[in-house]
Amino acid sequence: MPSNQDKKPTLVWFQGLTCNGNTHSFLNHPNLEQLLSKFEIFHHPSLRSTKSFNDITSCEIPCDIFIFEGTYDPLMKRNGILLEKIVNHYAKNAKHIIAAGSCASFGGMFKASAPERNSGLIFNEESSFGPLLKHKEKVINLSGCPIHPEWLGYTLGMIVAKREIEVDELHRPIELYSNLAHHGCTRNEYFEWKVDASDFGEKEGCLYYKQGCRAPMTHASCNKILWNEVNSKTRVGTPCFGCTEPDFPRQNLFSTKTNMSIPVDVPLGISKRSYLTLTGIAKTFKIDRLEGKLIDYKTTR
Amino acid sequence: MAKVTKEQRKNTIISVALKLFSKNGFYMTTIPDIAQKVGMSVGNFYNYFSSKDILAKELVMYISEYLGEQIQEINKKDISSQEKIEEIVSMYFDMADEKPEMIEYFLRVYLSNREVFKEGCKGMICVSSFVTELMIFFDDGVESGDLFDQDFFSAFGLFMGYLGGMVFLFGEKILPEPLSSYQESISKNIYNALKSR
Repeated sequence: MPSNQDKKPTLVWFQGLTCNGNTHSFLNHPNLEQLLSKFEIFHHPSLRSTKSFNDITSCEIPCDIFIFEGTYDPLMKRNGILLEKIVNHYAKNAKHIIAAGSCASFGGMFKASAPERNSGLIFNEESSFGPLLKHKEKVINLSGCPIHPEWLGYTLGMIVAKREIEVDELHRPIELYSNLAHHGCTRNEYFEWKVDASDFGEKEGCLYYKQGCRAPMTHASCNKILWNEVNSKTRVGTPCFGCTEPDFPRQNLFSTKTNMSIPVDVPLGISKRSYLTLTGIAKTFKIDRLEGKLIDYKTTR
Repeated sequence: MAKVTKEQRKNTIISVALKLFSKNGFYMTTIPDIAQKVGMSVGNFYNYFSSKDILAKELVMYISEYLGEQIQEINKKDISSQEKIEEIVSMYFDMADEKPEMIEYFLRVYLSNREVFKEGCKGMICVSSFVTELMIFFDDGVESGDLFDQDFFSAFGLFMGYLGGMVFLFGEKILPEPLSSYQESISKNIYNALKSR
């Protein structure tokens, strides 16, 4: 007979206003089966669960880990029950609360329909706001649009191992969000020498100058923990949209905002004056190897 | 009498060299000319600058840093872009009046003898302090809504090309009036060309 020590932590994954992106993203976790075997899943929108939706919305059973996906809208009902009641019931009893994705973390895309009313669980963008402020110590924000499956895997793994998860001021795990998306980008040499990408999807050039890349000012480990274990947006030639930051979504995601050709936002923690000085000097040098196609580099030295 | 420090001596060389280069040109000015005017031996001069080319590059950086610092002071002020333009024009014309050798050197040595500067002073390398401050000025101006968002070099050329041209005419003694009397109309013209529309 299993002892209490063998009892698996119980988990409820509940959705507010969402596109299901985080649910789908999580299904791409490379070791999903092994990871899930460590939990009893009371409810998940796409996985076999041990409780019915009626059981879940009746708000009678507690869970150990409460994962919330989507924007919180206080007027929204699920199965005829206000989200407020459901969210508060599970938050009160859970040991850990995880906001899965940018909508649950900061309001994200689905905040736009009612920007004053809708929010994340404990933040509206960067401001402290939301239904679970009184439980905020338990809340871990895993921002991203969608969530990186391995970031959630890491968090759940740490919880199972009873390890402490240190978070930043926006409640994101430091281990995952202290990196910038820029770290590990395969285009870094182009960034150093200020060589623009000529188009989307090219292997060569940096996407920061024209194509709107936010990687140098976005906290995310997308280029350290690769997506589907193989790639990232910037590696494939699409700009980072800064989807892990509270101000996501911004407008004109595919173009860099400039004032008289000067980028409005410069890499995090660097003064604009220093950045412009360095840029002016780096641009002076024309590196032939970086001007041509990578595949031809032996002939463009 | 206080002993002259190496730094002070270096500044004297810079000041003398600027005057000689801007008056006689780069090739007609020799190191013995400069050393003699400073009152030092040619041998001692080389303790400060190892060649005429290196001195020439240091002079450009000296002017660029001087201009950069002046514009930075203006950039830091809580005033409109129009007022900043007026202050930059005034500062530039005062400099052309009081320290004509600095701008003369820039126009007649740096821009006219590119072969001297192609190694180690390419592009922005020796003038980055000055250009960076103008970038900050343009960036702040657009951000505050004062200035029209356009290509940097179009705006830069309009601003500095105009000022450089006026100082050149002044140096050639073609202007009928003193530089300061053009200050207001030129500031207005620059602002009208750059202002938000």
